[in-house]
Amino acid sequence: MSGSAVTAFLESGVRFATPLAYAALGELVVERAGVINIGLEGAIICGAFGALIAAGTGSAVLGFAGAALVGMMISAIFAFFVVTLRTDQIITGTAMSMLGLGLTGTLYRTMYGTGGASLHIATIAPVPVPGLSAIPVLGPSLFDQPVVTYALYAIAPALAWWFYRTTGGLALRAVGEHPEAARAAGISPSRVQWAALLFGGAMGGISGGTLVLAQVGTFAEGMSAGRGFIAIAIVVLGRWTPFGVAGAAFVFGAASALQTLAQTMGWAMPYQLPLAFPYVLTLVLLASTRARTAAPAALGQRAG
Amino acid sequence: MSVLARIVRSQIGASAIAALLALAIVALVVAAGGYDIARAASALWNGSVGSSYSFFSGTLVRATPLIIVGLAVAVAFQAGVLNIGAEGQLLAGAAATVAAGLALSAWPGWLSIPIELAAGMLAGAAWASVAAVLKRSFGVLEVISTLMLNFVALYMVSYLVRGPLEEPTHTYPETLRLAESARLPVIIPGQRLHLGFTLAVLLAIVAWWFMRSTVAGFRIRAVGAGPAAAASAGRVSVDRVVFRTFLASGALAGLGGAVQVTGVTYKLCELISPGYGYTAIAVALLARLNPLAVIVAGIFFGALEAGGAGMQRDAGVPSGFVYVIEALVILGVLAVDRVRTYAGARSAAVPGESAA
Repeated sequence: MSGSAVTAFLESGVRFATPLAYAALGELVVERAGVINIGLEGAIICGAFGALIAAGTGSAVLGFAGAALVGMMISAIFAFFVVTLRTDQIITGTAMSMLGLGLTGTLYRTMYGTGGASLHIATIAPVPVPGLSAIPVLGPSLFDQPVVTYALYAIAPALAWWFYRTTGGLALRAVGEHPEAARAAGISPSRVQWAALLFGGAMGGISGGTLVLAQVGTFAEGMSAGRGFIAIAIVVLGRWTPFGVAGAAFVFGAASALQTLAQTMGWAMPYQLPLAFPYVLTLVLLASTRARTAAPAALGQRAG
Repeated sequence: MSVLARIVRSQIGASAIAALLALAIVALVVAAGGYDIARAASALWNGSVGSSYSFFSGTLVRATPLIIVGLAVAVAFQAGVLNIGAEGQLLAGAAATVAAGLALSAWPGWLSIPIELAAGMLAGAAWASVAAVLKRSFGVLEVISTLMLNFVALYMVSYLVRGPLEEPTHTYPETLRLAESARLPVIIPGQRLHLGFTLAVLLAIVAWWFMRSTVAGFRIRAVGAGPAAAASAGRVSVDRVVFRTFLASGALAGLGGAVQVTGVTYKLCELISPGYGYTAIAVALLARLNPLAVIVAGIFFGALEAGGAGMQRDAGVPSGFVYVIEALVILGVLAVDRVRTYAGARSAAVPGESAA
């Protein structure tokens, strides 16, 4: 395999990983607050649709803002049920995924008819970073990407700093580990979980917005294609830490890139193999003790 | 006590209220979308129950896998096992059934069909056993593991229909069709309704009797209601009950896939399930995990899906709308449940309560 093939592989790996990383970093914050949002898929597809609507103004920035806003709105419904009404997280999340997929599909057909596929939005172009993008092999893959990807390079370290160096981050982790102790320390678990879910919804929305505004250039029904569920796997594979999650997002992105590469190179390998591999890896990792102790202790439990 | 309060307090009443609430919101959304609501309603009616063909060949055919997989989810949730991997178990069951059916195409139906269905159940149980072992031996949350396994199953089916099981001309990513003898017989002449529906109803009755009247069924409910209490007071081996229920749930979901391929599609392809495993969660929940009620809830969702197809055909309402209805039914049940709890009604059997 030539150097340019490696570059192309890494470049597309980072491209596939970008929407996954947004959704997974958002889910990471949610899970550290003790909530599993299986409805993340709904937030992503709603974000994609919000981006489509908001990008009608001609501004990509407004497109991303719209994506984040719509993602937050759908996440707010989830938060109302799970945190305020204290309903079961898994069942509510399943409903939110169905709601997001069904609602966006219906609205899209209603607003744009069945010929909506011709709808095109100019995607934001990659912006090469002067100097860095000239680094052999790694440069083009890491530093010749759209601005949304660069933002991730700041968001992951910022989250790590916030988790472990601020009282806000401490409160978040306390709620996820031991809500009763957090409450005794004067922290309101429900307020923390609401905030985490709004953040997670915005990140999920941006994930969908990235698909529309930076990659595909249009909306398609069900275009989230399971990324919300993949993001949950990424959080596990990343062992509930910001850098781990960013790395795990790249593993899943690289798996998609490997599948494309295998097809173009004509490798004698079922293309489903690299696609299924990250899930199997996550399962194996789950069975190891270190992964399980990394999980927030109160994850998935209904607030008391 | 007012009549309204009495209705809210009964389990059936609460489910009915949730379903009605969902349908009311649906009517509002359809009207807001600028669709002709009378036309949409009549299309929904005609597509689901308006004629004997739409009822037997539309609604009940769609209800069949929903009832069987709904039972799989209900039984698991009763034991506090949050099996959201019914979709993957269904796919594994469908794949094994088709493989067995193709291999046994020369055999008489009375011999090959039971083997096909058994292969489906075994495969479903085997698929669930991965998550069950991870849970028992390593304490892995089944919510995450079954979700992962759904994706692995999806890629496995994709590989099978493009690889070892692909039809010989390699034109379409699907298997050969099962021989006539390897298919479930139609039970009403001129309709598409097959023996799988009879099987689904019988299974629901058996499951209802089992959960209600046997010691094993009582243990499942005891473990679901409170694992610690079941272990100390009832001397129940919680791990064993959870493990076995998990496998039984997988077997039922696998049977759902088996019945679908032997009764409806007669072949394996990538889109063999439009998310039955996920809709089944809504079915089980609406039925309050009661196996007999699963029949009613399964037919209700079967009617919605058949009617949804009719709405798209005759009134132009996008078929994705059915998912909105299903989601609203789930949220409606959850919300009505919480209202009942706040109102001080006796605590209801809420799925997952035990897992909290």
